[in-house]
Amino acid sequence: MKLITAIIKPHQLETVKEALEAFGVHGMTVSEASGYGRQRGHSEVYRGAEYQIDFVPKVRMEILAEDEDAGRITDVILGAARTGRIGDGKIWIVPVDAVVRVRTGEQGPGAL
Amino acid sequence: MDKINTGDTAWVLASAALVLLMTPGLALFYGGMVRVKSVLNMMMMSFAALGTVGLAWVLWGYGLAFGPSLGGLVGDPRGLLGLSALMSPDAVVGTLPAMAFVAFQAVFAIIAVALISGAIADRARFSTWVVFTVVWATLVYFPVAHWVFAFDGATAEHGGWIANSLKAIDFAGGTAVHINAGAAGLALALVLGPRLGFRKEPMRPHNLPLVMLGAGLLWFGWFGFNAGSALTAGSTAAIAWVNTLAATCSAMAGWLVVEKLRDGHATSLGAASGVVAGLVAITPACSALDPVGSVMLGMVAGIACAYAVGLKFRLGIDDSLDVVGVHLVGGLVGTIGVGFLATSAAPAKVDGLLHGGGLAPVWAQIIGAVTVLAYSFVMTCAIGWVLHKTLGFRVDPDTEARGVDLGQHAETAYELTMTRAGRMASYLAAAAVTQPLPAPTPRNTAVTEGAAPGNETTPQ
Repeated sequence: MKLITAIIKPHQLETVKEALEAFGVHGMTVSEASGYGRQRGHSEVYRGAEYQIDFVPKVRMEILAEDEDAGRITDVILGAARTGRIGDGKIWIVPVDAVVRVRTGEQGPGAL
Repeated sequence: MDKINTGDTAWVLASAALVLLMTPGLALFYGGMVRVKSVLNMMMMSFAALGTVGLAWVLWGYGLAFGPSLGGLVGDPRGLLGLSALMSPDAVVGTLPAMAFVAFQAVFAIIAVALISGAIADRARFSTWVVFTVVWATLVYFPVAHWVFAFDGATAEHGGWIANSLKAIDFAGGTAVHINAGAAGLALALVLGPRLGFRKEPMRPHNLPLVMLGAGLLWFGWFGFNAGSALTAGSTAAIAWVNTLAATCSAMAGWLVVEKLRDGHATSLGAASGVVAGLVAITPACSALDPVGSVMLGMVAGIACAYAVGLKFRLGIDDSLDVVGVHLVGGLVGTIGVGFLATSAAPAKVDGLLHGGGLAPVWAQIIGAVTVLAYSFVMTCAIGWVLHKTLGFRVDPDTEARGVDLGQHAETAYELTMTRAGRMASYLAAAAVTQPLPAPTPRNTAVTEGAAPGNETTPQ
């Protein structure tokens, strides 16, 4: 099993979610995140004092998938999240040792 | 003494209520400007002033400000302690029941003290602030209010020196309230020192809509402050009202133009700040100018204050919410501006330098302004220093880093995530009595039989 983590622009969340649902992904965890990459942040001015805001709002999306689905799910996210402008985000995939469904205690792929 | 006029009485009582609302408005204005961890403390400093200065005013403050003058410097409070001497229907001030005048002046004292708190945001010990409000009101505000607001023959045969000897014009408190509070703010900012991380960490306003709401309430209440200071419901009040509008609109425009040209954007904080700068500047001047003069005064105040607020970063003085940049500078612009822009067509009937009145009115205004500035600054340094050395005026660095809301009030302003909901301490205490302490276990251990069904972290 794999954990796919995608950092995307908040505005792309709905588009990505719909694309994943159409593909057949049944669940995901989404959290609000802040960060920067090459995009860096922006500046704000309060009473003439300029502040550099490095951490900009992002959405972190986490999906558990079977090994053979991970690549195609990544392609779906890639297609839906890309705007072509700087700050579109990143996706990474890591192996997962175990998954347990809390309600039933099911383990492994059956818990996905 | 004249007979009581019901129209005047109604207007002044309504104005007093308008001015009272300015202090909760100030709490919102200041509260929105601080970081999320100190908004409650910021608002509580204003509310504390409502409580303490209101009490002090009733018990001894009115007497110090408006009792029979002791050499023009302070009123003799004996005979006015507790105000019971003013209960008689014969107790009048001008065309008002004396109590209406007491009420109107009370809310001035409160907001003057509350204004100072903006200079020491995020780092003051609340209990010391409470003591400071009483001491400062008694030793600084009440005497200065006597100098400026106690006219001969109004509440006593002889009043204060600025009003009667110097004859400087301060209609609604440019010196007594704004220069006074601004100089005191500067003094306290120096006594307490800058916040941890000042000039390094971002200290952005956490809620600008609160700031805008507060500025709106201040503007609304300020019509009572200025037009109510006529103490009559007539043409003087109406002229003061229109001048207050004119200067404030102009100051907001001035501030925003500076921002647009200098920083590239007109900001909401700039609009709110420009409004307050204009209101401050027109406060001493609203009976002495015509509306066009008010527009000019407001424009100068908006531009001057927009530049003045940046000085603290260069000087390294952490006047956190710009009490100096807005109230002291705006107060000086307004008070000294009267000397230039006053016209004898206005109710104060004085011509300033630009209307052929010569330099005399300018000097009178400068002497009044500088004296109040110096007295307030020196006295506040002394009061603040003594309180700092005895009670301690600043929280410890750990508390400051965690936030004064938690450290001083055991509260946090916003409940935005369920993981911070917590649980009742009384419930925990009861559980501890009936059950032996379990061995330390990780927080995520399953709930065992007999243990409490608490609010575990909500599942995702």
